[in-house]
Amino acid sequence: MKSDSVILSGKGVAKIFGFGAHKTVAVDHVDFSFRAGEVISIVGESGSGKTTLAKMLLGLQTPTAGEIYFEGHLRDIRSHRQKREYWKNIQAIFQDPFSAYNIFRRIDAVLLDCIRMRGGGRLPYEQKVEMMREACRFVNLKFDELTNKYPFELSGGQQQRLMIARIFLLKPKILLADEPTSMIDACSRATILDMLMALRTEIGMTPIFITHDIGLAYYVSDSVYIMERGKFVESGSADSVILTPREAYTRRLLNDVPKLHEEWDLSTV
Amino acid sequence: MAKVILEVNELTTRYITRFRESIYAVDHVSLKVEDGKSLGIAGESGCGKSTLALSLMGYYFAPLYYTSGEIIVDERHITGMDPDAVRKTILGTEISYIPQAAMNALNPTRRVINFIEDVIQAHRPQTTKREIYEMARERFELLGLPAEVLQKHPVELSGGMKQRTVIATSVILSPKVLIADEPSSALDVTSQKMVIKMVMDLMEKGIIKALVFITHELPLLYNVTDDIMVMYAGQVVERGAAQEMVFDPIHPYTKALMGSIIVPEAGLRNVKLAAIPGTPPNLKKPPSGCRFADRCKFVMPECRAASVDLRDIGAGRAYRCIIPEEDLRRLYKNEK
Repeated sequence: MKSDSVILSGKGVAKIFGFGAHKTVAVDHVDFSFRAGEVISIVGESGSGKTTLAKMLLGLQTPTAGEIYFEGHLRDIRSHRQKREYWKNIQAIFQDPFSAYNIFRRIDAVLLDCIRMRGGGRLPYEQKVEMMREACRFVNLKFDELTNKYPFELSGGQQQRLMIARIFLLKPKILLADEPTSMIDACSRATILDMLMALRTEIGMTPIFITHDIGLAYYVSDSVYIMERGKFVESGSADSVILTPREAYTRRLLNDVPKLHEEWDLSTV
Repeated sequence: MAKVILEVNELTTRYITRFRESIYAVDHVSLKVEDGKSLGIAGESGCGKSTLALSLMGYYFAPLYYTSGEIIVDERHITGMDPDAVRKTILGTEISYIPQAAMNALNPTRRVINFIEDVIQAHRPQTTKREIYEMARERFELLGLPAEVLQKHPVELSGGMKQRTVIATSVILSPKVLIADEPSSALDVTSQKMVIKMVMDLMEKGIIKALVFITHELPLLYNVTDDIMVMYAGQVVERGAAQEMVFDPIHPYTKALMGSIIVPEAGLRNVKLAAIPGTPPNLKKPPSGCRFADRCKFVMPECRAASVDLRDIGAGRAYRCIIPEEDLRRLYKNEK
């Protein structure tokens, strides 16, 4: 599964908000190269710039400086057509499933959009239904119960699963998951993570997790990038970063997570 | 034996929908918290954790209704009291509650100190502004919050700071019991730790006498509370000391919950997470037998026949399953 081809890379990528005295450097000239097929995690606390980086990777925000390369070529998404083309390759799951859907559109419409985006707009309706049914089966939802429902009629975990069903239909090369499990309870979290991992083998995509939960990063990823104040302070394989952290910041993040077999040191806050 | 601060006996509360259906979200729940102890309540979304928190306050408003059972706070029965009396004499001074989105509780148009003035004057109308300021400053400093926070508007504070401000405000009248409903789940790990440290400080410094802590994060409960109680579909399925509950669960549901824990510790990377298949039952029509039967790995026909009682096995440990303890342990062992 793992290959050495770099799917997404960046050189000196930066995002600066405001200017002059009010300048905020959200992402501070970072370099990265994500290999295809690898599970990547970007870990940092609130305000470390991880979501800004994600938005730049998605093409929702333009970097102030630096270049992003997609599959070895400089990414060019200036026109809307180019953006749509790019979004066939990169998709995202966000933190809050409740605000990720258009509340006026039914679930079938959401899924039909995905089929259209993959160029299946002219397929006969029965075939589309079959595709939607398959996608829902993959995430353990029953399509027949969902037709004619609106997304807000589902629970948070179900909405997040529907999001994964969308990804299943879209089959992107990269999936950016921005805190995909922080709004749902620990029990559904296992389900969601299992599904994302199954999806990864099913359609061969590269998932990029963006999270503050270093435990989650350790569990899912092959390589981990630790982000502090817009910079990557430490990166490497999950085992080397989590089990033998070199930076004080990584150690602090690890120390802040409640654990089972070690004493949780509350004095260091 | 230490004095019991909070005692709840067979408390049942229900929601009444607009179609006159009853949903028993808290179904015959009993619990006991002694002086200086803390109790954690765990369970997945929709199992009744938050409803239990609301019910414990003894302050009911539609669509939540009290049905039966009793709540005793420091030898004082608060069930059956007039709701207005509960609000004036119990909330804030006997029991305090921190809601899930506590940071949204602050009024964005007013300074923190004005908010605190409102809280105190609602209970003690005679207090002057100067006294309130002194009281608030002292309490904030004791809890490690800078006094400047008092003069700020909520927008000027970070999420973790707002959360800690709300906690400090809710305990300003030194309540005996603090009910914290997911106080840290919207925060990142570092702010979470600060919030938890503050809650622990409240106990250590004797500002509160008993703590009820609600969360779905089991590693957190394990580190914070003395006892853990697991709820499923409105009922208590198992309770016991934190150590035993995490490392030696008896009930199949607890066992499954413990399988979904993620912690960054060596050797836990390739452990497969155990997701529980299916969804919790619809509480409008709860199943007649064991409520976990549809999702249980060890289900037997007898499970669905009659409702299962909580089986007390001593030392504060109890579980709700028809299979005896030894048999369950044997089943878990064979599984591996």
